[in-house]
This record gives sequence, C-alpha cells and structure tokens, in this order.
Amino acid sequence: MLAAKNLEVVYDDVMLVLRGVSLEVPRGRIVALLGANGAGKSTLLRAMSGLLDVHDGEVRRGEITLDGVPIHHLGASRIAARGVKQVMEGRRIFVDLTVEENLRVGAHARPRTVKVNLDRTYQLFPVLADRRKKVAGYLSGGEQQMLAIGRALMSDPEYLLLDEPSLGLAPLIVQQIRDVIVEINAAGTTVLLVEQNAAMALAIAEHGYVLENGAMVMDKPAADLLADGDVREFYLGLGAEGAARSFRDVKHYRRRKRWLS
Amino acid sequence: MNEFVATVVRGLGSGSIYALLALGFVIIYKSMRVISFAQPAFMMAGATLVSHLVLSMNFFLAVLVALLLTALLGAGVERLALRPMIGRPVFVIAIITLGVDIVIRTVVNSFIGLDIRQMGDPWGLEQVGVLGANIDQRHLATLITTLIVVAALFAFYRWSRTGLAMRAASSDQEVALAQGVSVGRVFSLSWALAAMLAGLAGVFLSTGIGLEQNLWLTALKALPVIILGGLDSLGGAVVAGLSIGVVEALVGSYGGDLHPVFGGDFFLVVPYLLMLLVLLVKPYGLFGTREVERI
Repeated sequence: MLAAKNLEVVYDDVMLVLRGVSLEVPRGRIVALLGANGAGKSTLLRAMSGLLDVHDGEVRRGEITLDGVPIHHLGASRIAARGVKQVMEGRRIFVDLTVEENLRVGAHARPRTVKVNLDRTYQLFPVLADRRKKVAGYLSGGEQQMLAIGRALMSDPEYLLLDEPSLGLAPLIVQQIRDVIVEINAAGTTVLLVEQNAAMALAIAEHGYVLENGAMVMDKPAADLLADGDVREFYLGLGAEGAARSFRDVKHYRRRKRWLS
Repeated sequence: MNEFVATVVRGLGSGSIYALLALGFVIIYKSMRVISFAQPAFMMAGATLVSHLVLSMNFFLAVLVALLLTALLGAGVERLALRPMIGRPVFVIAIITLGVDIVIRTVVNSFIGLDIRQMGDPWGLEQVGVLGANIDQRHLATLITTLIVVAALFAFYRWSRTGLAMRAASSDQEVALAQGVSVGRVFSLSWALAAMLAGLAGVFLSTGIGLEQNLWLTALKALPVIILGGLDSLGGAVVAGLSIGVVEALVGSYGGDLHPVFGGDFFLVVPYLLMLLVLLVKPYGLFGTREVERI
C-alpha cells in the first residue's frame, strides 16, 4: 500500500500547500483524487514520486510510506526504481527523441526486461508500434499521452500516479485513455488518478478523495462521491436536482461551497 | 597542389583539436545549460599528466592513464564546486567554472615549469608522404584518433542506455528523474567526458611542439567553434571545428599576401570572422536548435 499520512508540504520555505493530508492507495485498486486548480493535487503526487525537490518543495511533517516503509526522503530516481512512477501533467514526452527511445528511457530502472516490456507496451498501444521510429514531438496529443503512459509502464511499476491524463484531449480520446487505465489496472498495476474530469475518474475508480486548499475534505467510495450533492454540483456540473443547469441562475451566496456542514 | 594537400591536412589536424575541445563544451552545455570555462584547465591538466607519466611508462599507456585521471578530476570538480550550485542562475555557475579554471591552471603550471616540456610521443615532427605531399605525422594521428573518438561518442549517445539517459536528461530533466534516471550521475559523467576530451586535445596539441604554459589560449578557439556549430549540437561541434581548422590553415598559407593591410597574422582572426558571417545568416549556429519564444 502506498500511503500519505498527515503530510505537510512547503514550497520555497513559505508557501504551505498541503496541510496534513492523508491518503491511502491499496494495492490493485484505482483511486481517484479530485480537486480544483491549486488545491494541491500535483503537489501530493510530486511528494509521492520524489519530485518536490525540483520545485523547491519539501515535506515538513508527516510521511509517505510504501508498504509501511517511509520513502519521502528518497530521491526521485530511487523511488522510481522501487516501482512508484508518475506520469506528469501535460504529457512531457522527450520531444527530440524517437518513440522507441522515449520508451527505452522509461525502462531505465529495469534494463533487463526492455524487450518484454516494449512488446507489451506496443500491444497496449498499437499506434505507438506504427510510429516507433518517429520523432515523438510530431505525435498528436492523444498519441503523446499514450506514449507518456507507456513510458511509465516500461519499468513494470507497481504504482502508477497519473496526473490529469485527459488534459486537453478530445472526448473520444479521453474514452480511450480511460479504457487503457482500466486495462492497466486489470493487469495488476495500482493506479492513483488525479483528474479534473471527475465523471471519468469516478466511473472507473473504487475510491475517491477530494482535496481542497491543501486539505482532504472528502474520503469516500467512488459510488458515494458520485451521489454526493456537493460533488455533483461542483465537480460534475449538475444541479442538486440532478439536471445540468446554468450558473447564471445560481445566486452567488449559494454557490459558495461549505464542506462538512 | 602538394602544398595545398599539406595545408588541408594541417588544418584538419588543428581542426580536430578544436573539435575535441568544442565537444566538451557542448556536452556540458547539453546537460547543465552552462558554458564551462574550465575546459582549458582540463586540457592543460591532461597534457601535463602525460608529460610526467611518459618518464616512467609507454606513451600510449601514459595517455590512457592521464585521460582517466583527467576524467576523475572533471567529475570531482563537478561534484564539489558545481553540484551545490544547481538551481542557481546560469551566470553564477559560468563564473564559478572560470574560477575553477584559474585554480587548476595555477596548480598545473607549477608542474609545467618555465621551460617547454616534451611529450615523449612517437611522432615528433616526422613527416610522411601522402599524395605526393609531405605531411606531419602528428596531424594525421590527431585526425584519425579524433574520428575514432567521435564515432565512439556518437555510438554511445545513440545506442547505450546511459547515453540515452543523458539525452533524455538534456531534453527534460524533471521527466528524466521521474523515469529513474539519476541526473546527478548524468552531470558527473558529462563533466568526466568533457574533461577527458579536453585532455586528449591537450595531448595532441602539445605533441611535436611541446607543452608550455601559454598553450591554454588555444582552448579559447573552441568558443567560435561552438557558436558556429550550434551550442547544443555534437555534430555541429565536429563539423565547425574541422572547418575552422582548415580555413585557418588555408588563410595562413595563402592569405599572407591577400591584402597588405592584414599582414601575416590574419589567420588568427579568421575563426571569429567565420563565426560572425555564419551568425548573420544562421543566428543559432549551423546545427543549433532554434528556440522560438512566444511573447
């Protein structure tokens, strides 16, 4: 199990971004993490994958454990070698490398099984197999996202942290990505899914968390979250009655969120 | 005709030295986005080590040992002086490399002394006949060694796991970290490689003519080379290095009576002139990556 316990993260010594966040990702599950922009979702993922350092961030209190062993003090490359891999927001492929080179860099932590993993990745994403010698920067957005996910899978990670995989993609591609996530999970990889597209995330996740202003405000099974009035209104864009409604008709004071009240 | 062939080969020989030095600059620039001004120091360190080691061993063995030691020195300098500065402005890091250069060169100079040191190389100033022209053996040796080293370097970057990791880190450091690449090791390796290449350049530069304290100035010729070839292009460094070497040699041989105003030392200015001309047409160098910034 990958878990965060009472995690406090500070950027640049002054900006308190996470204030005592706890989250559990049990093995074999899909867990969704929802939250508005600036809530601290990406920060939580960075803390888990060891990339805080790059952004001048630091874990001040609390811990991140992998099967009970604290890992937040390890460097990013060590954490990746232990099987926790993050797919960063905005795809972030190596644009000047070819598709296959991108994938081979993904296998850096597991150099022995490159062949097997390459075959598996090409099976999962047949598009990439067709484009293997192409420079990755010329792929379409959806293909780039698949490359980013495929690259992370190249080292057989046990935990895959996906940061907004549906960002900026057409609805049809979002469906494809969703199916791929389910397939990856069925093959035995645990997934922590950070999404703005709450409908997509809650449809496939078993458990969901809602993060707001650096604090966890909800922690429920996905089905309960889908039924929750506040989540429906603020994350699924549905009115309390269940119908889509225009924000023009909603008075401002009613739109203010109040959790736990 | 004979003189022409001899001149071109001489140019290719000195061009190879520029190319080796420029490759070091480019390797460090690609990994850290910093121009390292410590290259002259590594060049002098490599050559000086060889000139001392040949006293007790075979020349080729001495070169091998000296290059390994220079690589270690490069990695050590990176670890001690530059790693703590990661994340600081590029300008600060560049000035630190300048300081490192002065420190190392001061130490190395005390091992060179005031006289010219002999390298003990097998070539000396011997000549060999190629296509009817008399050519210095050392220029041929420099050219051939450089071509082999460059081919090995390119194969390393193209196919090896570590080379691939280095390219990935140069493309996007954070993502490379997330893939399990240790960026710290990439930095060390870049500095070790750059130091080694500079050391090799130093050895070839001082074969035949011998080693003296002022030889480090030649390393500065690598600056127009990297600008000409494109700061982040390994291939550009090689092409630009060789072409600057050849043009310089040609102007040196034939350009003396080109124009009485320039005088006999006009060839010294040629690398910079060539750089200026190319920059007018291609501002990012011959093979450099165009950086498009939207405002």
